[in-house]
Amino acid sequence: MADTPETTKKTGWYQKVRDIDRRIIFLFIALAVIIPLLLQPSFPEFPAQLVKDTFAEMDKLPEGSKILMAFDYDPASEPELQPMATVWTRHAFENKLKIYIVALWPLGQNMAEDTLNELLKEYPDRKYGVDYVNLGFKSGGQGVINVILTDFAKMYPTDVYNKPLSQIPIMKDVKSIKDMDLIINISAGFPGLKEWVQFGADPAGVRIIGGSTAVQAPLLYPYIPNQLHGLLGGLKAAAEYEELADRKLCGMKCGQDAECIDSCIKEYAKRDKGKVRMGAQAIAHMVIMAFIIIGNITFFIDRRRERKG
Amino acid sequence: MSKQAKLIVFFVIVGILFAVLLVRASQNKMIKPWPTKTTVEYKQMETDEAGVVMSETIETKQVFSWKGFWTWFAAFLTLCIISFLYDDNPFYKFAEHLFVGVSAAYWMVMGFWTTLVPNLFGKLTPGLVAKTGLIEGLEGVPWTWHYIFPLLLGIVLLMRLSSKYGWVSRWSLAFIVGTTAGLNFVQYLVSDFMMQISQSLKPLIVTAANVDPIISTSPVICSLSNILLFLGVFCGLIYFFFSVEHKGFFGAASRVGIWILMVSFGASFGFTVMGRIALLVGRMEFLFADWLNIIVQ
Amino acid sequence: MLRRTLPLLITFAVGFVLVISKFIPKVETLGEDFSIYFDIIAVFAFILGGGNLVKIHGNKIYRRSEGWGYSLVCIIGFFATLTIGLFKFGNPLGWTGNVVAEGSAFKGIYDFIFKPLGATMFALLAFYVASASYRAFRAKNAEATVLLIAAFVILLGRTFIGKMVSFWVPIDQAGPDIPSFAEWIMNVPNLAGQRAIMIGIALGIVSTSLKLILGIERSYLGADTE
Repeated sequence: MADTPETTKKTGWYQKVRDIDRRIIFLFIALAVIIPLLLQPSFPEFPAQLVKDTFAEMDKLPEGSKILMAFDYDPASEPELQPMATVWTRHAFENKLKIYIVALWPLGQNMAEDTLNELLKEYPDRKYGVDYVNLGFKSGGQGVINVILTDFAKMYPTDVYNKPLSQIPIMKDVKSIKDMDLIINISAGFPGLKEWVQFGADPAGVRIIGGSTAVQAPLLYPYIPNQLHGLLGGLKAAAEYEELADRKLCGMKCGQDAECIDSCIKEYAKRDKGKVRMGAQAIAHMVIMAFIIIGNITFFIDRRRERKG
Repeated sequence: MSKQAKLIVFFVIVGILFAVLLVRASQNKMIKPWPTKTTVEYKQMETDEAGVVMSETIETKQVFSWKGFWTWFAAFLTLCIISFLYDDNPFYKFAEHLFVGVSAAYWMVMGFWTTLVPNLFGKLTPGLVAKTGLIEGLEGVPWTWHYIFPLLLGIVLLMRLSSKYGWVSRWSLAFIVGTTAGLNFVQYLVSDFMMQISQSLKPLIVTAANVDPIISTSPVICSLSNILLFLGVFCGLIYFFFSVEHKGFFGAASRVGIWILMVSFGASFGFTVMGRIALLVGRMEFLFADWLNIIVQ
Repeated sequence: MLRRTLPLLITFAVGFVLVISKFIPKVETLGEDFSIYFDIIAVFAFILGGGNLVKIHGNKIYRRSEGWGYSLVCIIGFFATLTIGLFKFGNPLGWTGNVVAEGSAFKGIYDFIFKPLGATMFALLAFYVASASYRAFRAKNAEATVLLIAAFVILLGRTFIGKMVSFWVPIDQAGPDIPSFAEWIMNVPNLAGQRAIMIGIALGIVSTSLKLILGIERSYLGADTE
């Protein structure tokens, strides 16, 4: 077919779309994230059954139950995992559970300190050494879990403030992770939730729930529900858990008053980082899906042209 | 436009933006890059012998806060890394090399204070550690002689830096490999093999009494799902079995396995996209909320 | 003997103790001690990493190789962080306080240098995932199409857009909508595929661990000329 001005124009335009500079794609993604952050649209959350089960696993624990919280992530995964750490610590403080904090990542200790500093402003009456203790980071990954499976004090002679465990009241009746009622792990990779299931929860027979990055989450589904009793996979699951926690808190605050519960949930939603970030997440997903569709359209057009000759 | 002209335009634009931001900061519309006076609270806690907090006193002091300056520096480093999206440049290289140096030292410091001091020096030289006041309760505690082995193995590991005596580090590597192999051998067999097989054997005919709400509340869908789950695991394993040629029944099962694996990979891709976007959202929040104060949190 | 046989004996002894410590309670303490030794040696591995970094970048600076200025930045950042952390400069509780205590210079390095750099490095991946999706994610054959459809359902179902698009189910009601379908994909076909992979990997790890303990696999020892 001879080239006419029209076909040349179409080809030129088509070529520009097909061979688009990747920096244009980067710009679209940046705008897809920045604009929703500025406009702050909020979307309702409909918690999935897995998130409801995870919430129930935590909520059913009676007051005074012991939970081991392992902070196995770093600032690189903070946007996804910090909302989970915050909502779980808040849930534990609200239900008056005893928290034992450990970390298998060096920066996990910092993430734990940041979480505690934030939540202690909401719950100033929670006492260190009585309601919670921070044992800090130890190197060695699954080696650490293997030791605390039978003896905490052997691996952690002191807490992060260099106080011997024997002098900390909350450690009095705790010899190993077998004395825990629940293990909660917030994990960004290795060592993380997989290792806690394999080397901690399975041998000790202790129930475990976990939060992981969205990248890791599909790999952990085989452990559900017998080995891993709850999983929050990524930011969406964190937002859904925040919704359940807010509904419970607002239900306790407002009783049966539906209007009060609604406005209470809207008020709490402003502090829930998971929910705040989901707006930008949704728009960015749409942009990426649009790029995939455009990419495939150009691919099919090229293939048809090649077949025609 | 020549490279020099592009550079000049770039620095002029950056200069103008910087001036605009300084004006905003001076008008209290965003965090200031210079030290500011703030009131800081110091909490002093009195604890009893058991470590329970008995009383708290709060002291307030006026100090110069450098938080604004460091926030601007953090924003500068963030923009240096983001600049790589346009092209590799000296700002990105500076930030990258700074990150490599700081992170290597950070891990060393954390490992030293959290593991070496309490778990090695606290066992080998408890008296000395007690004298420094680093750990309480070590006075009069005898040393644990067998911790000399990890100290020696650790020093031997450092021999890897020597080209002449680097082979000695094989002893430490052998210890590391032996530990990992020993730990993994049992637990992978239990958690990732035996328990996975037992969990695949689910009832193929589900009644209303034993539906799994995670899958569905309908017994029919649960039954079909359990059948698909069992067949999916079986066919997926067949796909990975390369000792038999993939022909006939084996070939057909292997084909089904590929389809199941493709669904898995598609799900993984979807989740990967989610995960990466979330990380970007967090960084943009820092720039637009903590630094520029355009988003009010 | 010292270069190959001794390391193989160490691997065998340690691996054997850790395996039988799961079955014989009397050996459990020895297994725990070996795990603690492993944790301590892991810290020396961090020190080795730092030493290697100084060696490589120090060499670059000494020889004034291309980009030696950046190596200088790396070394300065390394030693500054190391000094501040080891001596706990600016720590409000002094020498005996928590190394990452609020207000300490080391915590400041974490808050204003490490955190922004680390987080932004990973945030760049969002851009590359979009660019890679546009260029490489093609429905070239039936299997790739299945992969694409599964990914689309997950991407839609994991946001509110999935609920909005599922017009056949009212928004505030549970039902067979796209988010439910996404959940089903995760809990059934994805689980089946991941479980098959997990079982395969487990068998691989068990056989490799056995080969390492028995000294059949020796590649970790390196070449004989070392």
